[in-house]
Amino acid sequence: MTGFDRKQMAARVAEDIPEGWFVNLGIGIPTMIANYVPLEREVILHSENGILGMGPAPAPDKVDPWLVNAGKQAVTLRPGGSYFHHADSFAMIRGGHIDLCVLGAFEVAANGDIANWATSENDSAPAVGGAMDLGAGAKRLWVVMEHTTKDGGHKIVERCSYPLTTPGAVSRVYTNLGVLDVVQGKGFVVRDLAPGVTLEQMQAASGAPLHTN
Amino acid sequence: MINKIVQSMADAMAGIKDGSTVLIGGFGAVGQPDQLIEGLIEQGATDLTCVANNAGTGRVGLARLMELGRVRKIICSFPRSAGSVVFEELYRQGKLELEIVPQGTMAERMRAAGAGVPAFFTATSVGTILANGKEQREFNGRTYVMEHALKADVALVEAWEGDRWGNLTYRSSGRNFNPVMAMAADMTIAQVSHIRELGEIVPENVHTPGIFVKRVLHIDRGPAWA
Repeated sequence: MTGFDRKQMAARVAEDIPEGWFVNLGIGIPTMIANYVPLEREVILHSENGILGMGPAPAPDKVDPWLVNAGKQAVTLRPGGSYFHHADSFAMIRGGHIDLCVLGAFEVAANGDIANWATSENDSAPAVGGAMDLGAGAKRLWVVMEHTTKDGGHKIVERCSYPLTTPGAVSRVYTNLGVLDVVQGKGFVVRDLAPGVTLEQMQAASGAPLHTN
Repeated sequence: MINKIVQSMADAMAGIKDGSTVLIGGFGAVGQPDQLIEGLIEQGATDLTCVANNAGTGRVGLARLMELGRVRKIICSFPRSAGSVVFEELYRQGKLELEIVPQGTMAERMRAAGAGVPAFFTATSVGTILANGKEQREFNGRTYVMEHALKADVALVEAWEGDRWGNLTYRSSGRNFNPVMAMAADMTIAQVSHIRELGEIVPENVHTPGIFVKRVLHIDRGPAWA
């Protein structure tokens, strides 16, 4: 079993994003997706801190301290891009104007629930950021994450055990083992297997039944 | 003649009372009014409720204000970040009250306060522990949770340009929370990198009209932010 590495997971998500979509990318692997959308395919990236048309990281000598993404990394603005304040930025999210959000997660459940902000109800210091706004507001929520935890624990689950970020919001999951759709009333449906990965291997790594079309 | 430009930090901070709710602009270091926070530390007001997206880093600025025991409660969306050591210490010791608010709800609660809207309904946080104990209602078949406006006594904001009427512009992603915080407080104090003559800021380009601003203090942030 080989599967995708992190870059290949990001590239696999990027393949499925069509021109013209407004897309918000979360921190971690989701941020890397931007590197794999070719510039001639015009996908407009949104950042919660008030940017549309966000571009790639600048050269080290071209860093503008005023211009950062939601992960507080230096970025650039593409021609046609714009800046706005936080309430307008979240109006774009909460008002259903963002076509796609891609987040990381601790767990995704067969009913589309996502848990990605706290590992227990008494978390020593929880931090939610914009995850609940994105989960509730974006037209589509996809997740990109490792299929299991580092010690083999399930992240693809029947029901989330961690506090929810948003119930019933996830429609697709990209992992190192492949791509799953989340179909309401049915659960996880295998859309694609990573190179060298079998359905049996993916099922063994999942805590919920996988269906095939 | 209206002149909101103040000449000293002491004038900028005058009258901030113990027990105030203080909004602090910025997203991480960008658009964060660092010098005004230092001024508040110097000024001495205590028992504060601070509202900021993040809970400070290192032992300077907001983190320093907390470490000095001057903050009773913090309202933020993302307190835990690289370097948020003071927050984590105080939170673990039970010396700091924390209210976690989804980032969009936080922005909208302040926008609502500024617009005279006492409360509103949002889908954000429905079905999560952050909706516990809050009124919920159904509109058009979807459930929403009620959130209250977040009004404050003081807002400390960071802007790029300001004039004597209090009109402000912001620099690229430094805008973030600053305009909604400016709307939501009785006393909005802006630190600006550049003072402009009245009329010099193109009217169409004013981001925060001066009606929301009480005091403007010129701060040279140095070459890195020029």
